[in-house]
Amino acid sequence: MSGNGVPAAAATAVRKTFREKDETLAYLPEYRGLAGRWKYARLRPKDIRAVNDVSFEVRRGEIFGILGPNGSGKSTLIRLVATLLLPDAGRVTVFGMDVVKERRAVRHLINRVSVEAAFFKKLSALENLRYAARLYGLPPREGTEHALVILERLGFDRRKAFGSLENLSRGMQQKVAVARALFTSPVLLLLDEPTTGLDPRSKREVQEFVLEVRATHDTTVILTSHDMAEADRLCDRLAFIDEGRFVTEGRPAVLKEEYCRLRPDGATLEDIFLDVTGKHLIAEGDD
Amino acid sequence: MEAPKKSTRGQLRAELGATLGFVERNFYLSKRYLGWEVVFLFYTIVNTLTIALIGVTAPGQAGEKVLYLVIGALLWGFLSIIFHDVSESVAWERWEGTIEYTFMAPIHRLTHLGGMCIYAIIYGILRSVIVLAVVALFFDLDLGGANLLGALAVLMMSSISFIGLGLMAAVLPLLSAERGAQATHILQGFILLVSGVYYEVSVLPRWLQPISVISPATYTLRGVRAALLEGVPLGELVPCLAILAATGVILIPAGLAVFAWGENYAMRAGKLKRSG
Repeated sequence: MSGNGVPAAAATAVRKTFREKDETLAYLPEYRGLAGRWKYARLRPKDIRAVNDVSFEVRRGEIFGILGPNGSGKSTLIRLVATLLLPDAGRVTVFGMDVVKERRAVRHLINRVSVEAAFFKKLSALENLRYAARLYGLPPREGTEHALVILERLGFDRRKAFGSLENLSRGMQQKVAVARALFTSPVLLLLDEPTTGLDPRSKREVQEFVLEVRATHDTTVILTSHDMAEADRLCDRLAFIDEGRFVTEGRPAVLKEEYCRLRPDGATLEDIFLDVTGKHLIAEGDD
Repeated sequence: MEAPKKSTRGQLRAELGATLGFVERNFYLSKRYLGWEVVFLFYTIVNTLTIALIGVTAPGQAGEKVLYLVIGALLWGFLSIIFHDVSESVAWERWEGTIEYTFMAPIHRLTHLGGMCIYAIIYGILRSVIVLAVVALFFDLDLGGANLLGALAVLMMSSISFIGLGLMAAVLPLLSAERGAQATHILQGFILLVSGVYYEVSVLPRWLQPISVISPATYTLRGVRAALLEGVPLGELVPCLAILAATGVILIPAGLAVFAWGENYAMRAGKLKRSG
């Protein structure tokens, strides 16, 4: 642990359960018609444990990867750190500050890129960035100029920043989302499948920029991904999550070495993923 | 590592900047949806004109009746914009998918909602002025003896009450995006029915009349009509202003408290996310 020993992010025995009604049941014959609808309305929701007793520590300046299949709890974990969810049990801290009790202070230190580029799609990239600059207390002109520089660095044509975002490809929108998260200079960056949907070149540009930001700004990164090559390239440490629990954790090289003992023909992160989660890889989408 | 420390002045400046951010964002959105803005404005103008024309058919004091109805239509247009914009601020963000980004920003919730309210008031005033200007071309509205300042005072005071109502309603889309938006429309319709927008509340069925007492729109309409139709001086409008002020003083903190409860519930239940 560097600095004063306080981890950049930490979770202690965190649990999160959602209560949801199984909507697929509504299509069953017994729940059709007025009486059926009434019966369905009275069904009790099911408890879905999204995060189950998870603990971890992320050191300052580290890139910590969380890998897992769809619905394994990766995004829920990111939302808990991002102050968007309240844990049912346990504690999440960012630089020692409790994400529940010191929510606003934590928000000054973090930013997040989610799998879906969340923007006002009718507005231009520039207008969305200007709005973001104001929310984070940055001077709008300098803030947006900084974001445009980041966008150019990510291979984004500056002229496209003036048109409506809905006319841009998903990859382009995702680049704007990355620039929006980085131009506020967060000390903890939460990347929830940031390169999903990007072409290989764009993916590479984003990955290089993440490494550059970590090197130049001492930014700590928590990254969730389905892309094993990306995790291998970027992450200092990895945790595999399945059904809300961390099933294995360690440095990519060490994990591969350990699994090589079980597989004489060599192990990749993908092999480890399949072994520890017992599931097949699915390219996109998440919990 | 600690959150960047800012002086009180710096914090205030940042919050004001963020408030402006919401106003500016909504302005950009209106600009991008300009075609729809023009269509809605056209519809509002036509709606106001048709309502005013009912007054022309009234026996006797037709001019006064036209003005009575125009005031009702304009005020309802203004108050419903405020209520609608504030109460649907969360629903829009859930549909656009930006809700998590906005709620994760390091700003006070009051800043967020305040920005929405300021834009709603500016937008409501602008639209009402345009509608009034067009309506004035069609009818000979006699405002010679009107107390315009008094009417403005009532209008401003009632905005506070409607912001409070809007804040309370804004929590509904936090709980359920679609059903919440449906519920706010029902509430808005109910206020329209009981507040005497186009008629005196005395014509309502007897069992419905007591409900009109709790609607701030009832006092707004009564006060503005007294100021514009009868030229009632500001001093005599004080009871009406006092009721509206008291309603605002109760509704705004209550609205913020309800919103804070709703936000916590949404964070516990995982509802603070995109919908649709």
